[in-house]
Amino acid sequence: MRVELGRVAHARSGDKGDASNVGLLADSPALFEVIRREVTAERVREHFREICRGEVERFEVPNLLALNFLLHDALGGGGTASLLTDAQGKTHGQGLLRLEIEVPEELLP
Amino acid sequence: MKTVRVANGQGFWGDSVDAPLALLEGGPIDYLGLDYLAEVTLSIMMRQKLKDPAAGYATDFVEFVRRALPRLVEGGVRVVTNAGGLNPRACRARVLEAAHELGFEGLRVGVVEGDDLLARLPELAAAGHPMRNMDTGEPLASVLDRVVSANAYLGARPVAEALAAGAQIVLCGRVTDTALALGPLVHEHGWAADDWDRLAAGTIAGHILECGAQATGGNFSRFWEVPELWNVGYPIAEVAADGSFVVTKHPGTGGLVTVDTVAEQLVYEMGDPASYVTPDVTADFTSIRLDPAGPDRVRVSGVRGRPNTPFLKLSASYLDGWKAAGQVTVSGPRAVEKARLAAEIVWRRLARAGVEFGAGDRREELLGVSGCLPGILPGPDAPPEVVLRLAVRDPDRAKVERFGKEIAPLVTSGPPGVTGFAGGRPRAQEVVAYWPALIAREQVEPHLEVTVEGVGG
Repeated sequence: MRVELGRVAHARSGDKGDASNVGLLADSPALFEVIRREVTAERVREHFREICRGEVERFEVPNLLALNFLLHDALGGGGTASLLTDAQGKTHGQGLLRLEIEVPEELLP
Repeated sequence: MKTVRVANGQGFWGDSVDAPLALLEGGPIDYLGLDYLAEVTLSIMMRQKLKDPAAGYATDFVEFVRRALPRLVEGGVRVVTNAGGLNPRACRARVLEAAHELGFEGLRVGVVEGDDLLARLPELAAAGHPMRNMDTGEPLASVLDRVVSANAYLGARPVAEALAAGAQIVLCGRVTDTALALGPLVHEHGWAADDWDRLAAGTIAGHILECGAQATGGNFSRFWEVPELWNVGYPIAEVAADGSFVVTKHPGTGGLVTVDTVAEQLVYEMGDPASYVTPDVTADFTSIRLDPAGPDRVRVSGVRGRPNTPFLKLSASYLDGWKAAGQVTVSGPRAVEKARLAAEIVWRRLARAGVEFGAGDRREELLGVSGCLPGILPGPDAPPEVVLRLAVRDPDRAKVERFGKEIAPLVTSGPPGVTGFAGGRPRAQEVVAYWPALIAREQVEPHLEVTVEGVGG
């Protein structure tokens, strides 16, 4: 079944220079396996295509049921130089939770 | 087993002024960490210090001391803070003045110095230290004449040294946020400089604490699960000698401490989770184990660390032109179409006046339609109103000032329903850009100085 990530995960984001980082945390070990398979760096890059001008790096943190994404060149120059309202990528975590993925119905809360 | 209670009552410059007091009043703690420095705060302090040699530190902290001193002394709580900024000695003088006025003659205040490298930059560059920008690879020499501050991030050792010398308050400049917690833990538990697993555990405790309420329900995705967020309790770590610890908050406060709120803070500002590099240790976030340990209690254990690196992070700032941003509210029928027209009018009138900005140096956002997350959140087709925000930047201040004069005329010479232009013309702000680099540890550490003084010296 196709659902938004916000139904099966939570997230937090922040800045690292001109990159934002988005940590995505699954609500259960089984959902982590689904998210690990579905939420690739390529899909995240496509989701943020109007925001992220550079590469997307993905790291796995299985002990926290988490994936960490670095969105390079995503903050308009970063911190103080940026002209964006969200110069620190604070909203990017909320944005990622709108990504739709395929989740087996029996795993849904 | 001995447990040390370390709290954090200030996550950044501008955080709640009441939170540190609430931590002192809500229950027992041993150490209170307070973070007042954002990436470019030191550049602001440098300008203050240039105008007044007695300025250049976080004045909020002196106000805090005045309010909190009776509680601090009565409870024996020790405070570790980076409020010293670029002038920790001046900050100490003000703190000791306050102590004298309030009758706390026995207060001892430590100062950690040696992080400020501004005066040494030409010498360091000449000696072959490139201090390359970690994002662009450019050597610092390319902006050396525009640098306004340059500080190395120090670690927990000098903080522990000041505590061992009897300081009840330790004033630092640029130390890592994690050192505000790790310093007390090294002092209390006597962790050795190569006890990597314990140093990593203390570092991760510091990381969980460093953003204040972000560990206890603030900024949490499932905000609807968080009770009484208005009265959120700031985080406390109860740390055992083996490095394991429990994250909690005072009873009777709002907020929420669960595996989920703590895990969300762990991934905040994370890079490579296996290598969280600090001056003290390289911590491995993939080793962390989180377990529920009762209401509003989460146990953290299993943390592994590896040796620290031969480099310290250097955080410099330099002047990089000017910027300004202004906004109007556009209401009524066809609001989006009117806002787009208003933006076009501003850019074309500026071009007519000979003022043009490069594509990357001007920005328009329709807040309410496609502001922060363009392409992700589909905006409403016909919102009743939107906020149009325009921003520019340029090396030429005059161009940026000219932009600021072109917003107000929209109210009478733009589309109908334009309002909310308050606060006067947008003013040009100087851009103080951030320059993250590395510097060899041995260029900094021999210059560190820790001093402890009381009222009257």
